[in-house]
Amino acid sequence: MRINKFVIGGLLILGAVVFLIWTSTAANAEYFLTIDELNTKGAGVVDKNLRVSGAVIGDSIQYDAQNLALRFEVAHVPGDNAELETEGGLAEALHQAVMDPTRSRMQVVYVGPRPDLLRNEAQAIMTGHLGADGIFYAEELLLKCPTRYEEAVPEQAEL
Amino acid sequence: MIANFGFGILVISFSVTLYSAFAAIYGELKKIPAMVESARRAMLLTWPLLTLTAGILIYLLVNNHFEVQFVYEVTSRSMPNYLKVTAWWGGQAGSLLFWSWLMSAFASLVTLRKWDRDREFLPWVIAVACITMAFFIGMNVFFENPFAQLYQNLEGVAAYTFQPAGSVLFAPEDGRGLNPLLRHPGMVIHPPMLYLGFVSFVIPYAFAMSALITGRTDDRWIRLTRRWTLWAWLFLSFGLVLGGRWAYDVLGWGGYWGWDPVEIAAFMPWLTGTAFLHSVMIQEKRGMLKQWNMILVILTYDLVIFGTFLTRSGVLSSVHAFAQSAIGPLFFTFIGFTLITSVALIIYRWESLKTETQMTSLLSREALFLLNNLLFISILVVCFWGVIFPLISELFTGQKVTVGPPFYERATSPLFAALMLLMGIAPLSAWGQSTVKTLGRAIWKPIIGAIVVTAVIFATYTQNPGALIGFFLIALVILVTIYEYWRGANARQKSQGENIFAAFWTLTGRNRRRYGGYIIHLSMMLMAVGILGIEIFQMETQGTLKQGESLSLSNYELRYKDIAQWDDLPSGVNYRRAVLEVYQDGNYLGQLAPRIDYYYDSQQNMTIPGQRSTMRDDLYVLLVDWEPVAATGATFKVYVNPLVNWLWLGSLLFLVGVVIAAWPDKDPERVAVSVRRRVEQQTSAAD
Repeated sequence: MRINKFVIGGLLILGAVVFLIWTSTAANAEYFLTIDELNTKGAGVVDKNLRVSGAVIGDSIQYDAQNLALRFEVAHVPGDNAELETEGGLAEALHQAVMDPTRSRMQVVYVGPRPDLLRNEAQAIMTGHLGADGIFYAEELLLKCPTRYEEAVPEQAEL
Repeated sequence: MIANFGFGILVISFSVTLYSAFAAIYGELKKIPAMVESARRAMLLTWPLLTLTAGILIYLLVNNHFEVQFVYEVTSRSMPNYLKVTAWWGGQAGSLLFWSWLMSAFASLVTLRKWDRDREFLPWVIAVACITMAFFIGMNVFFENPFAQLYQNLEGVAAYTFQPAGSVLFAPEDGRGLNPLLRHPGMVIHPPMLYLGFVSFVIPYAFAMSALITGRTDDRWIRLTRRWTLWAWLFLSFGLVLGGRWAYDVLGWGGYWGWDPVEIAAFMPWLTGTAFLHSVMIQEKRGMLKQWNMILVILTYDLVIFGTFLTRSGVLSSVHAFAQSAIGPLFFTFIGFTLITSVALIIYRWESLKTETQMTSLLSREALFLLNNLLFISILVVCFWGVIFPLISELFTGQKVTVGPPFYERATSPLFAALMLLMGIAPLSAWGQSTVKTLGRAIWKPIIGAIVVTAVIFATYTQNPGALIGFFLIALVILVTIYEYWRGANARQKSQGENIFAAFWTLTGRNRRRYGGYIIHLSMMLMAVGILGIEIFQMETQGTLKQGESLSLSNYELRYKDIAQWDDLPSGVNYRRAVLEVYQDGNYLGQLAPRIDYYYDSQQNMTIPGQRSTMRDDLYVLLVDWEPVAATGATFKVYVNPLVNWLWLGSLLFLVGVVIAAWPDKDPERVAVSVRRRVEQQTSAAD
């Protein structure tokens, strides 16, 4: 009798937590796609919450400081780790992605302050949605700049 | 040369920890006390050895030995010396060493205590501490050598521990420098605090394991480690708060917590640690939940290891898994090994960990504590789910799906609210048996008070329902806590004839754990005020201004006055600093100067906000961009963060609370004895 009381209480809490996790996941899931995948799915993912990663192409960065509108292009980098390794690590993969004109690319628009780390061959991880115009509207922009060690040393050796 | 010497000492430290673990176990099993003593002394050697290793690394860092890969990666000539020292924990190899060094200090402290009453724990505490240490030092020795040097041969430059044939040492002109984001006072103390918290949780775990192994499963191990756990918890909590403060000051997004996987990794052991702190009280008072406490301490330990791994490896913060080094799989192997061993031990001792009393009343103190534990674990499950969800979804659907901050906010806020409600109710409920009636009698006054406060807030400040629920709960907890305090002090005042302040003082001194705990609850509520303020009421605007133009937000007005740019060549930084005049309701308040600092060595900008902080709100201005004088002007982003200062104020009060709760008693054993004697005297007098 007394045990039941606690079991029921425990089950209620368990149910509430499962419910919370379930609904919150469903409401906030972001699909993680590479740019190639995004291009093949195209219209199918318009207006879904997406998270896309790509290599920033330095020459394409335009910043309109009046309206805080940032535009740039990113090139496809593989999402799979093993694939990245065959390209020689993340930094090398980003470098190749930017140098290779045949890679699929995507235009990105982001409104906000220009991030400090935005530069050529940075990895951009963008959260947002794909517009019907094929432009990716990022609400959140995360940047990583892995350094290519092998290259950095000779550069400094020249000094 | 000196780097090789450092590596040599590291290898010796590694051997010493292995020997110590082995000697402790072997000596105990074969009943050779001399062997155990030898293990203890070997363990005492680890701290001097690792201090020497660290000293060598610091020497290399400070003296620009860029031929050492680690030094090259985290320092540069332009960095001031104090930053070169703190660069010790600015990279993975160094921070692993830092971990081991702290661990050796704590392990030594533990062995130096008086062991006479608890001799049987000693060998196993040594074994657990040394195995953990050996794992971390081994990582440094075999995979992440901080002393690896750069060698050049025909194929190029690479780092090696030993000089390969046909190569020469290569010393770059300058190092790459610490990431500018990390060159901040907050970053100087945040990682050590967090690590102190992480490392000190190993000690309670070591005692728990020795209790399981020796079969001495009463609450002795809990009493022995109670203060350790509190200090560990203090460091961990403070590390988390400092991380938040650093993010607020440096990252320039107007926030302090982003539900980043790395933050969550540090938050998860805090959750289990907090649950543990609460549930040990039930074991001490009622002899319940012994199995559960074991599970919590094991979880905390393994989450600490997991957290150390995540905060440094970048396995989750990047989209791509961490693959260049063998560290990942090894960490998981170690976590798996300790988890399986510990769980096996619990199962082995399951019977002796059975509860002594049954829980009967749903509203009793122990039942509410249990509920508190369940809520902490639920938050842990939410966090864990969020972190591993991408892996799960990829496994089952082939599609990687992630969840962002809104997921965590939505899933955890009802749980946090429930925890706050408990914080209001639990202090008023009784141990053993408590009913709606007795509880209602105790709580109706604070509830009415909280309703009045909420009504005032509704009328004057906000009608946002979420915020109102939050403020109601905060008011309830604060009133209940003050009410409890007042009841205790009042009783003393009447019985002892003390004045109310003296009564408060002695009350706290007599039961530091309880009243320290109440102060911690109060501090949490102050922090909750700050969190509600910034989460719900944050305002922002942005605009491009010419000189003399102004921008307004809330009741503030900002007038753009000036901008200047100059080089600071010795530190390798270019500063761009704008000056804004701030007015509130037309009154001049002063100037704010947001900056953009450009670091030449790492070619990176750092945006430093201009801040004006009051208890009512923070004005937080970022310089986003600017054009040379003639052109359009400068662009600013402005935030008003109401009440956020309460968050920092609360964290200071928190510090006070924990120190009160953890302050050593004069001599707990003697106090207990004298109380018993007094009781005996009274009973004999009654005869």
